[in-house]
Amino acid sequence: MPPQTPATSGTTADSLLEVRDLHTRYSVRGSFFDRLKGRESGSVHAVDGVTLDLRHGEVLGLVGESGSGKTTLGRTLLGLVEASSGSIRLEGEELTGRSEAEMRPLRRRMQIVFQDPHASLNPAMTVGALVADPLRFHKLASGREELRARASEALERVGLAPASEYLDKYPADLSGGQKQRAVLARAIILGPDVLVADEPVSMLDMSVRAKILELMLELKDELGLTYIYITHDLATAKFFCDRIAIMYLGRIVELGPAADIYEHPQHPYTAALLKAIPEPDPRRAVARDLPRGEVPDAVVPPLGCPFHPRCPRAFEVCGWESRDLRTLLEERWTKLDQDAYERERALVGELDDLDVAESEAFLPAADGGSGEEAAGVLEAMRADAPADPFWSGVASTSVEPDGVRIGFHTPREPRDLEVGRSVVNCHLHDPGAIELAERLRRGEPEPEPPDAGADAG
Amino acid sequence: MSAHEDDPILDVRDLRVWYGTGGDPVRAVDGVSFQIGRGETLGLVGESGCGKSTLGRGVLGLLPDAAAVTGSVRFDGRELVGAPAAEVRDLRGPELGLIFQEPMTRLDPLQTIEAHFREALNTHRPELGKEEVRRRSLEALAGMGIPRTRFGQYPHEFSGGMRQRIMIALALVLEPKVLVADEPTTALDVIVEAQILGILADLRRNFDTAILLVTHNLGIVAEACNRVAVMYAGEIVEEGDARELFAEPAHPYTRELLRATISLETTGLNYIPGAPPSLIDPPPACRFHPRCPSAMRVCADLHPIEVRAPAGQRVSCWLHGPEGQIPAGGREPLERREFAEAEEA
Repeated sequence: MPPQTPATSGTTADSLLEVRDLHTRYSVRGSFFDRLKGRESGSVHAVDGVTLDLRHGEVLGLVGESGSGKTTLGRTLLGLVEASSGSIRLEGEELTGRSEAEMRPLRRRMQIVFQDPHASLNPAMTVGALVADPLRFHKLASGREELRARASEALERVGLAPASEYLDKYPADLSGGQKQRAVLARAIILGPDVLVADEPVSMLDMSVRAKILELMLELKDELGLTYIYITHDLATAKFFCDRIAIMYLGRIVELGPAADIYEHPQHPYTAALLKAIPEPDPRRAVARDLPRGEVPDAVVPPLGCPFHPRCPRAFEVCGWESRDLRTLLEERWTKLDQDAYERERALVGELDDLDVAESEAFLPAADGGSGEEAAGVLEAMRADAPADPFWSGVASTSVEPDGVRIGFHTPREPRDLEVGRSVVNCHLHDPGAIELAERLRRGEPEPEPPDAGADAG
Repeated sequence: MSAHEDDPILDVRDLRVWYGTGGDPVRAVDGVSFQIGRGETLGLVGESGCGKSTLGRGVLGLLPDAAAVTGSVRFDGRELVGAPAAEVRDLRGPELGLIFQEPMTRLDPLQTIEAHFREALNTHRPELGKEEVRRRSLEALAGMGIPRTRFGQYPHEFSGGMRQRIMIALALVLEPKVLVADEPTTALDVIVEAQILGILADLRRNFDTAILLVTHNLGIVAEACNRVAVMYAGEIVEEGDARELFAEPAHPYTRELLRATISLETTGLNYIPGAPPSLIDPPPACRFHPRCPSAMRVCADLHPIEVRAPAGQRVSCWLHGPEGQIPAGGREPLERREFAEAEEA
């Protein structure tokens, strides 16, 4: 590995691919009536402002849970999904905004391997025809003999040797590992520079995963490839990648050398992912202090930092909001016995009004109840879980006749910050955010956020 | 109850499940024996095609009609193999619970969560009144961390992790004595998976439910199970205490599978040469011998005999004897055919 420089530095010559502030949105349609009217009810920000460089010859991991945007990012880089905004440059050549025909010559330089080798291979084509198909499609070879010769060469390179035994077989005749080898042969036959591998081994059995990863590393060295390795599996990523980008809800929350990510995770989400991996060594049990809940709805993502509702270390400025109050209240209720729950439930009204992405919440009293009663529920919540990070976000509470109003500190979006050799998107590493939180704790008034007026949602 | 309290709740002896395929049968489970005590969690681990899911289903009497089953499955003293289908069906749910990999395919999209619980309890606990049904359902859901206010919602309104929690609550509300969980976390993200494993571990500590956890993931077994059985090509090759077995695997397959598993502790890539065999025509004698780095001559000639390994687990491997059964020269290393690279995977 070359000496590491901070991950942001460098529109340098060693960058094969430069991605700047890339966004990919999918529109989603809501109810049946919305669809009838042709109305879009919102969009999912699948890739939300991604900036990264892919260096010649490296393996860059995109790691995240489902819904993190890792697959959409990989597909956007290849032009399989259209970018909404931002820039992707392949050795200086802009890839976004190209037509399909303009994109085609560049596709030869960037290939993709999908997760499911069974679904990636047309069952009605022979292995030889499948592997040579890209050559035919791009009109780089023609004639039965030439296509066969080129396919043989590619098959032998991925270990399907002698190729004559495989050329006329059908995908159904191959084992899972052999199919993934055939997929790799098809991906390298055009002589690409970049291979995007989307979960290439996660459908394979444990005993053969290592063999395919080893083959991929051999191919990389022999053919001078650069990899983007998309996975949810931090264990294979640790082994396979030079650098790793941890993604959450469309953003890169931490990007750095693999060794640093595993030894000194800087983002609380990275730390949580690492803690959650089940280890085959029973002496190392999974931590029980896991983040609560699951990846939230990407149509209306959390305010501020998207991880804040689950983050054990979130504090004043991380983006506390109305929906967090509902989550906390409902979680509390799962822990009460039935009678205690019913008594408390009777003191507050409908919770659905809390489902808004606003940094102010109104907890309504029950019909005919008083604001004091609703405030009492809030006090009980706080008394039972005083250490919950949620309370750091509460700036004010005021009892009104028909409920209690909670004001939260102004949500702030975390910035990309250089920490050691990594880039981390977290307020915990931002001296400005820490200082602001201290002032808020002392009761000082909220200053105007620097990006006031910017669209936070 | 006919059975003694100390007897295993589930006692499987020499179970065979063969599928007819027109030609030679697929021997998916081929002479498997194991016991699970009350409150124990046994992890059944193996690669795809080793027969572990068939074994899990066989225990529940959920095999297709084309499957031929012999041997014995005794649940709480009652023989299930050969028992009338209706009798086994009545046990499923209240006595034998099950959790599958993909909860969405097991929940009825047109019914609320409440209706699922009502139906399960009304069917299997008809003596319970309406209020009691509701109370038990809510307790079970809350115990799994499902908000009580969402009881009236439909399956599609829940996330994958929530649905799996609902499935577990739905199985547990009937207080089964045995729970079979077939890859319960495979479709889930890593943090949610860890949450569900935490739930299963709590179950083991706080309830008397015995769990048979079927999985391909050794890490999950180490996390959630006190005992583990390793399956290869339709047979259990090694079974014992999870900690001891992982610390000192006696069967070369277990050892190699642990070595091949890529974890955060992995420092080198290892793999098992060759590929898992066909269950129609498995290798003779020890089924692992063609891939086994420790194979001896006897391994290709005679089926291994189950013995106790030094760490206490039972293992079927000639490396551990019995010495008297190994013919002269049987301990000589087996000359193995080299695998072509393409056969490896």
